[in-house]
Amino acid sequence: MTAAAHEEGGVAQGFGPAPEAARCGGPTDGPLLLGVRHHGPGSARAVLAALEAYAPRVVLIEGPPEGDAVVHLAGDEAMIPPVALLAHAVNEPGRAAFWPLAEFSPEWVAIRWAVGRGVPVRFIDLPAAHTLAMSEGEEEPHPEGEETVPGGPHGGGAAGDTAPAGAHGPAASRGPAVPCEPALPRASIAAKGPAAVQDAEEVRLDPLAALAEVAGYDDPERWWEDAVEHRRGGYHDPFEPFTALGEAMAELRAVHGDGGHDRDLLREAHMRLRLREAVKEFGSAATAVVCGAWHVPALAEQQQRTVTADRRMLKGLPKVKAEVTWVPWTYRRLARRSGYGAGIASPGWYGHLFAAPDRPVERWMTKVAGLLREQDHPVSSAHVIEAVRLAEALAVMRGRPLAGLTESTDAVRAVLCEGSDVPVALIRERLVVGEALGEVPEGAPAVPLQRDVERRQRAVRLKPAAAEREVDLDLRKDTDAARSRLLHQLRLLGIDWGVPAHSRAGNTGTFRETWRLRWEPELSVRVAEAALWGTTVYEAATAKARSRAVEAPGGTLADITALAEHCLLAHLPDALPAVMRVLADRAALEADVGHLAQALPALVRSLRYGDVRGTDAGALAEVAEGMAARVCVGFPPACAGLGEESAREMRGHLDAAHQAVHLLTRGEECVGGGKAQAGPGLLSRWRGMMRTLAGRDRIPGLLRGRCVRLLLDEGCATDEEAERLMSLVLSPGMPPGEAAAWIEGFLSGGGMLLVHDERLLALVDRWLTGVPAEAFTDVLPLLRRTFAQFEAGVRRTLGE
Amino acid sequence: MNQSDVAEQAALRPHAEDAFADELAALAEVDDRPRPARWRLSPWAVATYLLGGELPQGRVVSPKYVGPRRIVEVAVSTLATDRALLLLGVPGTAKTWLSEHLAAAVSGDSTLLVQGTAGTAEEAIRYGWNYAQLLAQGPSREALVPSPVMRAMAEGRTARVEELTRMPADVQDTLITVLSEKTLPVPELGEEVQAVRGFNLIATANDRDRGVNELSSALRRRFNTVVLPLPETAEAEVEIVARRVGQLGSSLDLPQAPEGFDEIRRVVTVFRELREGVTDDGRTKLKSPSGTLSTAEAISVVTGGLALAAHFGDGVLRAGDVAAGIRGAVVRDPASDQVVWQEYLEAVVREREGWKDFYRACREVSA
Repeated sequence: MTAAAHEEGGVAQGFGPAPEAARCGGPTDGPLLLGVRHHGPGSARAVLAALEAYAPRVVLIEGPPEGDAVVHLAGDEAMIPPVALLAHAVNEPGRAAFWPLAEFSPEWVAIRWAVGRGVPVRFIDLPAAHTLAMSEGEEEPHPEGEETVPGGPHGGGAAGDTAPAGAHGPAASRGPAVPCEPALPRASIAAKGPAAVQDAEEVRLDPLAALAEVAGYDDPERWWEDAVEHRRGGYHDPFEPFTALGEAMAELRAVHGDGGHDRDLLREAHMRLRLREAVKEFGSAATAVVCGAWHVPALAEQQQRTVTADRRMLKGLPKVKAEVTWVPWTYRRLARRSGYGAGIASPGWYGHLFAAPDRPVERWMTKVAGLLREQDHPVSSAHVIEAVRLAEALAVMRGRPLAGLTESTDAVRAVLCEGSDVPVALIRERLVVGEALGEVPEGAPAVPLQRDVERRQRAVRLKPAAAEREVDLDLRKDTDAARSRLLHQLRLLGIDWGVPAHSRAGNTGTFRETWRLRWEPELSVRVAEAALWGTTVYEAATAKARSRAVEAPGGTLADITALAEHCLLAHLPDALPAVMRVLADRAALEADVGHLAQALPALVRSLRYGDVRGTDAGALAEVAEGMAARVCVGFPPACAGLGEESAREMRGHLDAAHQAVHLLTRGEECVGGGKAQAGPGLLSRWRGMMRTLAGRDRIPGLLRGRCVRLLLDEGCATDEEAERLMSLVLSPGMPPGEAAAWIEGFLSGGGMLLVHDERLLALVDRWLTGVPAEAFTDVLPLLRRTFAQFEAGVRRTLGE
Repeated sequence: MNQSDVAEQAALRPHAEDAFADELAALAEVDDRPRPARWRLSPWAVATYLLGGELPQGRVVSPKYVGPRRIVEVAVSTLATDRALLLLGVPGTAKTWLSEHLAAAVSGDSTLLVQGTAGTAEEAIRYGWNYAQLLAQGPSREALVPSPVMRAMAEGRTARVEELTRMPADVQDTLITVLSEKTLPVPELGEEVQAVRGFNLIATANDRDRGVNELSSALRRRFNTVVLPLPETAEAEVEIVARRVGQLGSSLDLPQAPEGFDEIRRVVTVFRELREGVTDDGRTKLKSPSGTLSTAEAISVVTGGLALAAHFGDGVLRAGDVAAGIRGAVVRDPASDQVVWQEYLEAVVREREGWKDFYRACREVSA
């Protein structure tokens, strides 16, 4: 803390500077301060050893004090990490902050240790009531101001706080400090200010980076691993690592002050208050604190700062009513990649380091080999041995005490995966990040999602009832549109309160929807499960739609199209870009034109729904156009040399795509504006493609005939042209079966043409009389089918 | 000009250990880290030799390989264990270059080389006989002609095998005993040659040749595999292409085409986008054609375009000069690649700012 704060505080100077070492974890004096790196397995192990040795009578943890009420649940058998403490504003579930904890998080280890022994646990951070309230006005505040902070971007707090920090700080949102914090909370608030998610991340001073730089490392993560995480068994005194780290942090803070995070000062003031309370109650020799290493120096000052000064700082903070509960979490969401900015890169690897009793690299390679064998890669024990040796050789060459994740991954790639990155990606997904899913006991308080569901149900005046009933919605009315959105969003979350039904009235307008509603008790369970995705229905549905789009394993193009349609129906504009991206990517890689042509109509349909509901479907139109262009390019080769069956199927695609292209281009012409140009372009390309088809010999007659007809109907081909093509195909050299198929394609959808154009009729007539007797029996069924589709009047006229 | 000068100049391309002898010597001087048996340098110094760096007395080591550090570290670490190293990659990714410099730095000798071809015989890996001696004296040590691999084993050096997958499978399998038992039996003499410490083997193989003579899994298992990537950034690739085209152009007496730089960039962009299956801005996915589209092919497309421009055009490299070449490189399989190319033209090229001329030129050659 800054010198200014000192003077102002009017400190009890008389105490003088107590020996720093003793306070930072010294077993003899003062409360035991355990500075950790959030989500650091090495810290977790060290914390456990220190707690065992010190045997405190109370454990204080950096976290929201509201959590005191639910901390006992951590001892429940049914509570399986990773889990998160979730604080949310009661009247506004979207405002929420998470403190995720994995089994290798030092805080979790400390909580379990204490709860298992009946030692009280207290959370000492700034109450969530304040942090949630403060996050309100602060959504966009500091960015630029903080950017200039010495030490650079990224990472916030101290060692502890930095990366992993996930846990702590709710403060989240704004981070001062702690590292940790910010990220998540902000992620959860993202619905309101998505842009805000990143800036805190970049802005935070990273003391760990400073320490690492001094040690000659360019990557603070690796430095931490080498210096602390890999030092298992390296310390004889359980308090030694904390003493050393506390000293290093004190140095850093002496240089950098609060690192530019004002909120840290508030949080630390509150921590000190709570710490003094605990010391008063249990005595300083029986009190242990687990917090981000960054905060240790500030807490060590507790005796030099007066209670009044701390109280004064905390006076008049804004407040909201907040509730705290436990929610299940996953490794995937703990991973930084998932958008949890304060996350760690490799939760699965850390979990492994924490769980492995010894030989972490050997055990890791065995795990990798097991996974690869499951995937049918031939991996022998000899491979595993060689991989371990290579990892060790690499570690030596890079001057590291032990092979880490980087070395292991390099060795796995070279030895087990034959240099290929594909299995490496699988290993990253399944092992390095991991798939662990946490569980929370039933007794945990209701999650905010539950409250949001209730709130929305009230808002649209739909009561959950066990009895089944049907409702008709007119989407042109606001309330009905809101109901439809809620039901669609819930369905996306797997909460099937309403199921779309066919309207009894038989009304098929795009502005009508019919739902069958029934609330079953198990739906509450589903709500609790869905809480993983977010704190409001909207947010959760958005998150789920995104992840379904990205992770859909082997989902077909049609699946993604359906998902896009669903997003539009449920009005999830924030999910659409992600879904559209995946859709565009899938479409680009789709080799089967049939699938593309199949997906196109649904997409175009969604576009029209979008119009009814007033959603912005610009992105959708772009994707649909791109897809139509691909169909144009891919159609001719796909049609060459098809058998009868597949030609028939392809004709269906042709008709559907034809219609879709027309809808698409017409829509654009109506909307006008910048896109108007692309419309005609697409249409003329489509017509050009049909012309190519019509003139190519290797294309089945059915499709050629169909193309000529479609072109003729649109006025893009003249009668003479059609006649020439027809006479070409009906000339004596053509196999009669092929010619009959051509006629079927040409005439399907109406025979009036023949009635009006004598020449065409004459052509057909002449050809028919010329068909040799033995071929006639083959041709007859085809012709019969064609003519049977005509209306009676047409048939009669033709006959005459 | 005296005799020795002529001799020196006669070597069109000196071996790596000769060309960079002073750098190797300087490294050996400052290198105080432990060296594996019979290594000339420590693994750290070998990596520095390849990647370049600055030595204490201000001496600068030039980078031999430009690419991810990780790759070189894995390669050197592999040689330090007793596993053999297999360098994989599409043509033109510096496999041979890297293997030569590794051998030079580790053993000070890059000449123990076996070139794999469809006609490579077992003798090239094991040993042959001097038939005059053999007939005169019967089987004896003197009549035996050792292969480079055998010499490497006996002397504890690094042997190199180029284009491993081009060799017939039965010849490849000769290596299994060498790599697992570290011995080479000579049944005719009733003896064997055992590898001494320091022996190792670097093989190179072409990714695209998989399936020609696919390595047996028994042999594969003896190798650590490192895949050499194509140039990471467009800048680096444009640089490589431009430099190489300049060299080729002067030897073919083609005029310099300074304005052609944009065209080179465009060729490289097209190649990269199709190869990676995604546009430069990362926004649109693309299908990839069946061809390699390596940097080497980009070079030949540009050289071909330059020749066209010089002999039939106005001397300036234009879109029309490279369009046919690009299409030829992309469309290797007329059925599937044609669709890929058309899609690329319609979906990407057509919409791109300033690429109108290129689009038209490509449409012309595609029609």
